[in-house]
Amino acid sequence: MFVKSVKKYGVAYLFLAPSLIGLLVFTLYPVLDSLYLSFTRWDGLTPVQWIGLENYRHLWSDETFKISLLNNLYYTVVTVPLTIILSILLALLMNAKVRGINLFRVFYFFPNITASIAVGIIWGAMFTQYGPINTILRFIGVSNPPAWLASTSLALPAVMLVSIWKGVGYNAVILFAGLQGVPRHLYEAAELDGANRFKKFIHVTLPGLSPVIFFSVVTGIISSFQVFDTVMAMTQGGPGRSTNVLVYYIYNSAFQNYHFGAASAMSYVLFVIIFILTLVQLQMQKRWVTY
Amino acid sequence: MEIAINDRSRTAGLRKKGFFRKGIVYLLLLIILVVTILPFVWMLSASLKNQATIFQHSMQLIPKDPIWSNYSDVWHKVPFATFYWNTIKVTFLSTAGSLISASLAAYAFAKLKFPGSNKLFLLYLATMMIPGQAIMIPQFTTMKHLHLVNSHWALILLHLFNPYGVFLLRQFFVQLPGDLNESARIDGCSELGIFARIILPLAKPALVTLGIFSLLWSWNDFLQPLIYLSKEKLYTIQMGIRYFQQLNGTDYPLIMAATTMSLIPIIIIYLFAQRYFIEGIAVTGTKG
Repeated sequence: MFVKSVKKYGVAYLFLAPSLIGLLVFTLYPVLDSLYLSFTRWDGLTPVQWIGLENYRHLWSDETFKISLLNNLYYTVVTVPLTIILSILLALLMNAKVRGINLFRVFYFFPNITASIAVGIIWGAMFTQYGPINTILRFIGVSNPPAWLASTSLALPAVMLVSIWKGVGYNAVILFAGLQGVPRHLYEAAELDGANRFKKFIHVTLPGLSPVIFFSVVTGIISSFQVFDTVMAMTQGGPGRSTNVLVYYIYNSAFQNYHFGAASAMSYVLFVIIFILTLVQLQMQKRWVTY
Repeated sequence: MEIAINDRSRTAGLRKKGFFRKGIVYLLLLIILVVTILPFVWMLSASLKNQATIFQHSMQLIPKDPIWSNYSDVWHKVPFATFYWNTIKVTFLSTAGSLISASLAAYAFAKLKFPGSNKLFLLYLATMMIPGQAIMIPQFTTMKHLHLVNSHWALILLHLFNPYGVFLLRQFFVQLPGDLNESARIDGCSELGIFARIILPLAKPALVTLGIFSLLWSWNDFLQPLIYLSKEKLYTIQMGIRYFQQLNGTDYPLIMAATTMSLIPIIIIYLFAQRYFIEGIAVTGTKG
């Protein structure tokens, strides 16, 4: 019996083996180990010490954690909607039948293929006191433009601007592909009903795009909770703690200060936040996404 | 007669309107293009200036006396060639490896029957939702146990098994007709033979798409190298430019030259393969 089933299915499991072993060792085991570590105090050298819920309790009173979480929320609430609105507008433009449109599309995607660390370094230089951003601002009549990355209130918006700049091309390409899938006959029907451009956009284009918009919202929120490279290149969490975000704080706690237990607890909180947000969206999807 | 005149003036009006509309579309497209490209253009221009001119004339995009030596200085001041070579090595091995492991698994899911197939596939899909940062600490301790910290193998291994790749390739393999497999099996071809000689050649577009994505992730990765590599001679290019930023905190022209050189390979590959990039992205968004 056993020999027979090995003969029958063995090949399949052999094909599966490399990736499955990898998945078990480097993803599934870490998910569980991360949970375990979050209940311990551990500096990576001395023995692991079980402390129960202490790490989680500590997070409640940890100012830096709260600030990082709030920064992340602020970042998400601003960047995700703005990126998607701008992407829809760009996707509509990309759909225009004009000469050379393909070349435009190729260039719009540029920011997305480049490393965020490189992008962060370029924009970091552009945002300096006498950098090009302020030169442009002075040119259009702002007499005293701010030192963006040195300001506690403007550093995070500067980082947000960069991520919007980076994200629009990517989402526009997805939305553009979605536009091709909206059935033509719906537009024709709307025209017969006397719908104008705006009405056609609201009643045909948007519902037709809703699954793609949904995808963009979900992936946008997930990636905005994972922002790290841009922050590292532009501000290193500063000035003060004004651009500290969750992953940056987790990285610092674990790999700079060797608080592996506390950092694991934060990682789990991050995991749960992303998980809940995704579930909530899957639920809400029924209300506004039409397939 | 009257009607004819009216008609002519109407079409002329329409044409005028279309012309006007096209003009606005072009204008908007151009404005967005400038916003998209300007940082890169500025980077290029800044890489050819010196510390003084970079900010005195920060919007003078074509520098008066381009300082080409900035580019060679980067290679002298930090081991830039080593960083480059390290990245090429890691990127190549992890891309090749992830193509192999993902295509094998995808073939099993798409074309072979075995108990637990559906449940395992769901597990793969579920792990796509786990944010990498949530598990980076135990991954690090695992690598430490395997004595792979401060080794490129840590980066390659972490990159090798991506469920996204399995998913992407499976979707493609499923569409391939099953009778190909059947007839090859009857001819006595082994599963591995079918996989290598029939399925893989047919799946070239999907493999290229995944390969490009994988290459991009590996080349652009910063957090993993930052965690695993602390010896300068192991640094990858993304770490290298950041390290350069720290070392020469104020030397913007050199930093911009280094950044430009870190982007060149990716931009060249993109320009050659942009069709695949854009199709791949579009597919993930609309059929996900």
